[in-house]
Amino acid sequence: MVLGRAFEDMCAQMYYKMFSFVHFYNGQEVVSTGFIKLLKQQDSIVSTYRDPIHALSKGVFTRAVSKLFSKTTGCCRGQGGSMHMFSWEHNVLGGFAFISERIFVATDAAFTSEYKREVLKEVDCDHVTLAFSRDETCNNGQFFGCLNMAALWKLPIVFVIENNLWAIGMSHLRATSDPQIYKKGPAFEMSGVHVDEMDVLKVKEVAKEAIDRVRRGEGPTLVECETYRFRGHSLADPDELRDPAEKVH
Amino acid sequence: MLAIARQRMLGQSFKKILPAVSVLRSYSSAAKQITVREALNSALDEEMLADPKVFLMGEEVGEYQGAYKITKGLLEKYGPERVLDTPITEAGFTGIGVGAAYYGLKPVVEFMTFNFSMQAIDHIINSAAKSNYMSAGQISVPIVFRGPNGAAAGVGAQHSQCYAAWYASCPGLKVLSPYNSEDARGLLKAAIRDPDPVVFLENELLYGESFPVSDEVLDSSFCLPIGKAKIEREGKDATITAFSKMVGYALKAAEMLEKDGICAEVINLRSIRPLDRATINASVRKTNRLITVEEGFPQHGVGAEICASVVEESFSYLDAPVERIAGADVPMPYAANLERMAVPQVEDIVRAAKRACYRSVPLAATA
Repeated sequence: MVLGRAFEDMCAQMYYKMFSFVHFYNGQEVVSTGFIKLLKQQDSIVSTYRDPIHALSKGVFTRAVSKLFSKTTGCCRGQGGSMHMFSWEHNVLGGFAFISERIFVATDAAFTSEYKREVLKEVDCDHVTLAFSRDETCNNGQFFGCLNMAALWKLPIVFVIENNLWAIGMSHLRATSDPQIYKKGPAFEMSGVHVDEMDVLKVKEVAKEAIDRVRRGEGPTLVECETYRFRGHSLADPDELRDPAEKVH
Repeated sequence: MLAIARQRMLGQSFKKILPAVSVLRSYSSAAKQITVREALNSALDEEMLADPKVFLMGEEVGEYQGAYKITKGLLEKYGPERVLDTPITEAGFTGIGVGAAYYGLKPVVEFMTFNFSMQAIDHIINSAAKSNYMSAGQISVPIVFRGPNGAAAGVGAQHSQCYAAWYASCPGLKVLSPYNSEDARGLLKAAIRDPDPVVFLENELLYGESFPVSDEVLDSSFCLPIGKAKIEREGKDATITAFSKMVGYALKAAEMLEKDGICAEVINLRSIRPLDRATINASVRKTNRLITVEEGFPQHGVGAEICASVVEESFSYLDAPVERIAGADVPMPYAANLERMAVPQVEDIVRAAKRACYRSVPLAATA
């Protein structure tokens, strides 16, 4: 968690040498640490474009750094970029720019895990997929399609919604009819859990319960983590619409 | 006291004269420069003022003033009912826009980048483009889809694709791509006034560039015809066609070629669909050589269509095979050096023109 914050702060300083989009994760580190540290090597994560810290938490270290500098030693040899962290070895399935695309990729990863167990008879395959996403994804039709299929087929997936209350300059409250995202879970016969704290231990407790439930074959969970993004959407964002008092930490 | 009054009168009359002088000075000076961003903003402003059925929708177009500030100031002027900040659901808000257009409203839908339009492509093609035909003319869809298209700088594969060829292949759509400020103003106004769905492909890197515009262009009734290309530079030895940012590159290449004795004619397509085949063919019949330039993927691209048109209509006029310059056949890489190699550069156009003129060219590509 501390590593994640230090990493992001250094990225901000080195931005002009990177020649890329950089989307900061400052303030949200608890979520990735709370969840990802409970995973095994074979478990998968699919992330947003705000993804380097997820990759770091999963063990992709120096190659993640190299990637931001477009080096061939980076995990995608300069071809992918800061938004698209892929590492087959660590089961990091990217970084996607499109907010709903990644949900499908995660649901497919969970589907594959289920298929391996049921059809290919790999009985000890209990791989879990964590699908990281954000508040604005929950207004997208494709998100609901995935919730439905995951619950219907009892896929081994946990949907982790990092609700940082803001799209670029659009507040979650202006964009959403019912802003309580965790309530969307029960509409699909799925557990919906809300974690209000920037408290790593509480998040870990919720994460453990959700992941264990999935491993027991009891179906997916939708976890809404209310968090906050201290920096702007990206370094190009003047960040004028948020109240400065909100951002004090 | 009289002296003071006289001075005051003189001072006041001076103040009356000076503004008139400064106005005269501005009319007699060179053409005004405006950025492409200002051109687009003023076009949207004027069309919204003229017609209350015109409204904007998209992500961050209102309070954030537009992700690229194209819609700056419009929320304050026209209110949240006409400048709608939407949730992030391209399929959702595009669908709503198309439906509104069915009923006679004139939405201008902004995609933060045309890469995101893929989330809404079903609405663009099936709900918008095909409806007029399927309804035998009963339903008209006066909608504009606009936003940045093609490569920016260091944004990776999912933010850099050019959609000109995909949309231009679909009957029922009009596809426009401006280069300079005059194009931006004239074509956007034409698009908003058009009764058919128009895909308006801008370029992020051109937003901040300034171009001179005449008073005629700044007039609120200014409009450019859809389907007409512009000859930016006349020539007699080779024809170079381009659109959007590549027009600037083609013009630079033409200057370099001039020094080597090749006088190139540069055509700014402006309109990808309908394509101005008449202007292109007339030019090739004059110069006998063709180089097509585009940023997008080569296979089934705009250049491929232009080449086919020229082969069909002006084959016997060609003195050399058509040279096609396009982006590399690979998803846009992220690293700066790889990205430069994946997008056409001025040197590539110069080399292609020389090849078309059977001049010897160095084998190695310049990095």
